[in-house]
Parts: sequence; structure tokens; C-alpha cells
Amino acid sequence: MDVLTIQNLKKNFGSKDVLRGLDMSVPEHCIFGFIGRNGAGKTTTMKAVLGLLKPDSGQIHVMGEKVHFGQTRTNRYIGYLPDVPEFYSYMTPLEYLNLCGAVSKMNKSDIVTRSKELLAQVGLGGEHHRIKGFSRGMKQRLGIAQALLNQPKLLICDEPTSALDPAGRKEILDILLAVREQTTVLFSTHILSDVERICTEAAFLKDGKITMQGTIAEMRNKRSSDGFIIETEQQGTDNTLIKVFGELTRKSQNTFVFHGSEERLFAIMQYIVENRIPIQRIERIEPTLESLFLEVTK
Amino acid sequence: MRSLLSFMKKEYLETVRTGKLIILMLLFVLFGIMSPAIAKLTPWMMEMLSDTMAENGLIVTNIQVDAMTSWTQFFKNIPMALIAFILIFSDIFTKEYKSGTLLLVLTKGLSRYKIVLAKTVLLLSLWTVGYGLCFAITYGYNAYFWDNSIANHLFSSVAVWWLFGIWVICLIILFSSLLQNNTGVVLCIGVSVLLAYLLSIIPKAKVYSPAVLMNANSLLLGTEGMNAYIKAVIVAVAMCIVCVAVSIPVINKKQL
Repeated sequence: MDVLTIQNLKKNFGSKDVLRGLDMSVPEHCIFGFIGRNGAGKTTTMKAVLGLLKPDSGQIHVMGEKVHFGQTRTNRYIGYLPDVPEFYSYMTPLEYLNLCGAVSKMNKSDIVTRSKELLAQVGLGGEHHRIKGFSRGMKQRLGIAQALLNQPKLLICDEPTSALDPAGRKEILDILLAVREQTTVLFSTHILSDVERICTEAAFLKDGKITMQGTIAEMRNKRSSDGFIIETEQQGTDNTLIKVFGELTRKSQNTFVFHGSEERLFAIMQYIVENRIPIQRIERIEPTLESLFLEVTK
Repeated sequence: MRSLLSFMKKEYLETVRTGKLIILMLLFVLFGIMSPAIAKLTPWMMEMLSDTMAENGLIVTNIQVDAMTSWTQFFKNIPMALIAFILIFSDIFTKEYKSGTLLLVLTKGLSRYKIVLAKTVLLLSLWTVGYGLCFAITYGYNAYFWDNSIANHLFSSVAVWWLFGIWVICLIILFSSLLQNNTGVVLCIGVSVLLAYLLSIIPKAKVYSPAVLMNANSLLLGTEGMNAYIKAVIVAVAMCIVCVAVSIPVINKKQL
């Protein structure tokens, strides 16, 4: 079952079309990476899902229920972590979670046990100070605790790692990996290593549309190969290779990059065998999300 | 109901922990003391100034002060307290729009009208308590130094001015729901009060203007009876209800 479906979502701010018919679906129990450049419309999409922004057209369903702008009941399924979460700084983390729990109509004993559990999980168990003095990373972690408080079916995180140092990023990613059992995670990002580390599915957003969506493996397969690297042992012989096969490009002294069909590669290999050219390595260049990202957002 | 109460608790906690409550109460206490103090010091000040005034041809004779002097001073001071109140609380909504603190509680499922209600209750209660405190202090001093019984319609005139404050607070709610920043809120309140004041200049329309409520001194001095205020009271109460009622659908459809 899909936790979230978006159909033909359109939104413009003045003359700027931010979303131009976005279609996307997020299946249950996955970690979904929502990838796009800065300003591609990731936050706009998320705010529309939360009913905080009025879309010009299109429909959004969360757990099969339609999202209405303004007062929407679907928010009870959702936990939301904004890119820079802002809390009431005069409260302590426990007081804040207490407010959130009461607002989402949890019962009192549940709030207390769940708050303590979550604060421990995000590493804020020992913090009894007011939120005022919190670092960005601590706020981000409190944001996750807040978002998970009412055991949402869908956790939406808006660039949760963008503003953090490597240690802080790792902590957040580990937490997101850990909560996968309980909920579905949708997180937007432009940091591709994060996507490769934890996501099971991803979608690329470009020009207000989804240009590619699928599991990470599927995406990698879309681009079968970026080519091959051929490295010879000696310098003397390689000149003959490049003379015979014009499509080879020289990368360094005795390494060549080859973009072309497999048939041509076999021809090259045959030539190598026939002429007994000593080879250091022949290697297939694995497509990275990086190259995919650059290609689809070109 | 529970979510409303917990959001209200948050509002009071905010007022206490951000120091707004203490500033506000100090202000009201100060204004409460100031009215009788100024009345008490007037003869002494006049005496000090009498020499220079005599040079200008003004002759100061024996000055009589009583509770009336203090009460008229009270109604001169209280607008300043109200202005301070507006300045302190003009950002009660807009600060939350700007910082994005509302996003989290809203996505947790808090109904938007509860935000309006909680903040309205907070402002009304703070104004009532602060104003009451200010009144009680002045009343106490006046009773001690002079005699409060010479003031006509004392409680009605105090209530009339209190209602003016309530009217302004409801304007804060309305403009905060419409606008994004607190400068705009303050400006619009200023314009509204000015319009009400202009309305009160037109003889025929005068009785309907909430600005009439500011003129509690005429009631106090007995130059006008409560009848002169009834229509303005009704208009003000109706406007208060409309302001709060309108701000709820506006907030419901606000893009945050």
C-alpha cells in the first residue's frame, strides 16, 4: 500500500512555476529519498502534503485520505521535521514534547513514557535545560523526537542533514535507519551519499516534475554503464591501441576511457589478445547517483 | 479541549518566562501609583514654579487637590499603559509566523482556531488583571489620602475604559491574523483608533464611535450620564465579537 500519493500537483508563486504536474507515490516501510537541487520545489511539495500550502491543482492522499489545505485531518498520520525546526525556546525538551503530545491528543501516561524513550533514543535524555541553548544538531534531534512522538505512519524530513557536520549527519541518518521498522520515512535532500547510505527508494525532482523514480538498484540499472577504463602496463604499446580504436580517450599516460557498446569492447579485447598487449586492468565504471543526478538535473 | 488548555498553558508560560508578565505588571503598578502621586505633588510643584510663573504674569493661588484630580490623572495615564501593552503584544502572532514555531504544533494536529482562542484569552486576561491592579492601587491611595465618593459613576467610567482596551485587543487579534509583521499590526491599530476618533468628531455619528469610551472623564465629572455611552458600548462589544470571529477563518486559510 502507498502511504503517500501525489497526482498532478501544480503550484506557482507569482509568475514562477515551482511545481508543474508532480506525480509521486511512496510505498509503506521504505526510506524514500526526495532528491532535487536547491529551489527545485522539495519544500513546497512537503508543505502541500502537510496542508500548509494551497496547491493550484492536483491531489494528495495520505493513507488513502485526501489532504485539504488549512485544517487537514491527515496530519495525524504524519510526523514532520522542517529543515530548521523552531521550538519554543523557553521550554525544556520534556515540556515541549508534553505540549506536542497534548496537542495530538495522546493520553498522559503515554506522553511521559514515549517522551523519555524518544529523548533517550535521540541522545537528549540528559538534557534538562531550556531549548534556548541548543545547538543546531540538538534541535534537529529534538525535531525528530517531536516528529515521532505520536507514532506517525509517515515521517517527513525536510533536508534533515544539510546544515550539520559529518558527526551530526551520521547521528541523524542512524536514527532514520532505526525508525524504519516503525514508520515510512520521506526525506528531501541534495546530499547523494546520504541517499545511497540509507534510502531504499528515491525520486528526482527537476523543473517541478519527477524525472525518475524507483528503488536505488533500479535507478543504477537505468544507466547500465558509464563505460570502461582500460589501463595498459607499458607506455610503448598503447599508442597502437588509440590509433586502431579512435573512440578511446586518453585519461592519463597509460589509461584510457571507453564509452561505447559492449561489442566494440570485445573487439578491443580481441585486439589486445592478438597483439599480446600487457594489461594492468579493464574495469567497468559503476554509475553513481552523482552522475545520475547530474544527468537528470541537467 | 485538552489541546486548547495545553496551548493556553504554553501562552502563559511564554509570558512568564520571556519576562513580559513582570514588565507588564510593573508598568501597571507604576501607573497605578503615579496618578495619586502626581495629584499629591501638584500643589508642591506649583509652589516651586510659582515664582517663575509670577514673572510671566501668572499668579498661583491656593490649589485644591482631591480624589477627582487623581482620577482624571488616572484616565490620562492609562492610554500610555495601553500603548505599552500593544507594543509588548503586537507580535504575539507574527513572531510565531516568522519563526515557524506554529508549523510543528499545527502538523501535530492542533486546530487553528484554538490558537486564536488561546491568544485572545491570554490578552484579555492580562489586560483585565493589569488594569484591575492599576485601578485597585489608585483606588487605595485615593481612599487613603482623600475620598473616592466625590467621583461620579466611578466604576462605570473605569469599566468603560476597560472596554476600550478590550476593543483594541480584539483589533490586535484581527490585524495579526491578516498581516505578517507586527509593525503593520501596530500601524493598523493606530489607524483604526484614529478613524474611531474622527468618527467621534462628527456630531451625528459620535455616539457610535468606540473612541467615546476613551472619554471616561465626562462620566466621572458628571457632565454626561451612562446613556451617552450605551451605543458606543454596544458597537464596541459587537466589533470585538466580529474581530475574533473573522480572524478564525482568516487564520484557517493562512499559508504558513
